[in-house]
Amino acid sequence: MIRVNGLTKDYGSRRAVDQITFDAQQGEILGFLGPNGAGKTTTMRILTGYMPPTDGEAIVAGYDVVEESLEVRRRVGYLPETVPLYTDMSVFEYLKYMGDLRHLPDVEDRVDEVLEKVGLADRADGTIHNLSKGMRQRVGLAQALLHRPEVLILDEPTIGLDPGQVVEVRKLIREIGKERTVLLSTHILSEAQNICDRVLIINKGRIVAEDTPEKLQARLLGAERVMLRVRGETDDLPFVIEKVKGVQSVDVKEEGLVEFQFAPGQDIRPEVAKAVISEGYDLLEMRPLGMSLEEIFLELTNTERNHEQGAK
Amino acid sequence: MKTVWTIAKREYNQYFNSPIAYVVMFMIMLVLGIIFAIVVRSSMDQAMQMQAFGGPATAPDNTPITGNLAFLLVFSIPALTMRLVSDETRMGTMELLLTAPVRDWELIVGKWLGAFLFILTIAALTLVFPLMLNFQINNGLDPKQLVSSYLGIIFVAAAFLGMGVGISSLFSNQIAAFFLTMAAFIFLWWMVGFPASLVQGGTNLFQYLDMKSHFYDTFNMGKIMLADIVYYVSLTVLGLFVGTTAVEMRRWR
Repeated sequence: MIRVNGLTKDYGSRRAVDQITFDAQQGEILGFLGPNGAGKTTTMRILTGYMPPTDGEAIVAGYDVVEESLEVRRRVGYLPETVPLYTDMSVFEYLKYMGDLRHLPDVEDRVDEVLEKVGLADRADGTIHNLSKGMRQRVGLAQALLHRPEVLILDEPTIGLDPGQVVEVRKLIREIGKERTVLLSTHILSEAQNICDRVLIINKGRIVAEDTPEKLQARLLGAERVMLRVRGETDDLPFVIEKVKGVQSVDVKEEGLVEFQFAPGQDIRPEVAKAVISEGYDLLEMRPLGMSLEEIFLELTNTERNHEQGAK
Repeated sequence: MKTVWTIAKREYNQYFNSPIAYVVMFMIMLVLGIIFAIVVRSSMDQAMQMQAFGGPATAPDNTPITGNLAFLLVFSIPALTMRLVSDETRMGTMELLLTAPVRDWELIVGKWLGAFLFILTIAALTLVFPLMLNFQINNGLDPKQLVSSYLGIIFVAAAFLGMGVGISSLFSNQIAAFFLTMAAFIFLWWMVGFPASLVQGGTNLFQYLDMKSHFYDTFNMGKIMLADIVYYVSLTVLGLFVGTTAVEMRRWR
């Protein structure tokens, strides 16, 4: 449904997107993960026909984004990062206007339907000006869903929502993603893990990794790290843990706080716990340390830099 | 065409939510009302003087009203067009329109049409003055001249609005759009005509470009000339073309 080949975009002399190539199938939720300024929004804007690329091609829903921009725009639903709303209109008027622009038959029924879906049916007559940020986000989402698009492009769809709404919106996206293609951007790793079938990590305009969220994390985590906290002095706790079979390294972070690593796949946490308790320590907490997005980035950009240096 | 109409309808309705539009409407009606009163008053005085001397009295026509209406458009249309496109840029809704299946020209023409319909509404309201005048003079107004004058007003307004939309799409700041639009209007309406009187002999370019003479010398005197229509339509198209190009340029930036 989305096929991107060598897509490049320059803003003056700055290259925002550099030779990106990827594709997305129908019924797939593809996540764009990356820090601010990585080129996520630019790529999305090219795919929605907002602006043409400097180089490369992109086919969305079977049409070229430059040559047949209008056909693409008919088939794409887009929620930009800053939700574009006419704040002086009511929710219903706004959605009706957008529906009319897309020549939807029986717009009013469709608007009611979409409002029901995003949970705003009771605010239909309220002015957008008076809505909270989360509600505005949902109005934007309703606008993107209005014409039953084949491809849905969402730029940071859960930003500014409260936790309850985040869960709801994610559920909604998963539901839509069953039949349609969804491309969403985020900088929250857990979000990508939660909803996406596949994740593209993009940094400085380039794709640095592409895989399912699980595999991506497993690949990056050479070892699993666990944090362990005991009451009182640490004493010879590191030696106790080190003696457990499978432990690769132990590191004392501060008094009473120890981190240890073990090879992924063989969970030795129960053995460690038993050993610690049998030595008379009061075990307070034991928690796996996931790799944060920042760490993954550092990891990926470092390996990339190493490759470059190796090539030279 | 349906898209153009959808956009035009929203813009038209939008005017009735905005204080500026009401201020413009009120200002035009107030000024024309005062001019109407002066016209009636001075004609009465003149008629009485003529009666005393036994000469023929001349009845007023619609020119003071339609002439001043055209003059008022120079100052009021920038206020109506300044936010048309610039506001979409400022609010970020431009991204919405440019990713909806709307062609760039449809967007610009839709905006223009919405403003045009609003000006038509104001023009229709001002008809009340010529109609009142019509009942106050013996033989009534010359209907042909009235129609010609209003047709002229419509063409002048169309050209002003076209230029206003074009300039508005170059800016994301409405104040900047307002002042540049007004400057352009003042230039075309008055300033470009000045050199015409200095250049010797025949018709010249300055004379042709002079915007007011295409209205005051012909339309407002009851003469409908193809050349004037072509002039105003060209300006309208030029403005809309600039607007469409500005939107396209925004994509490529």
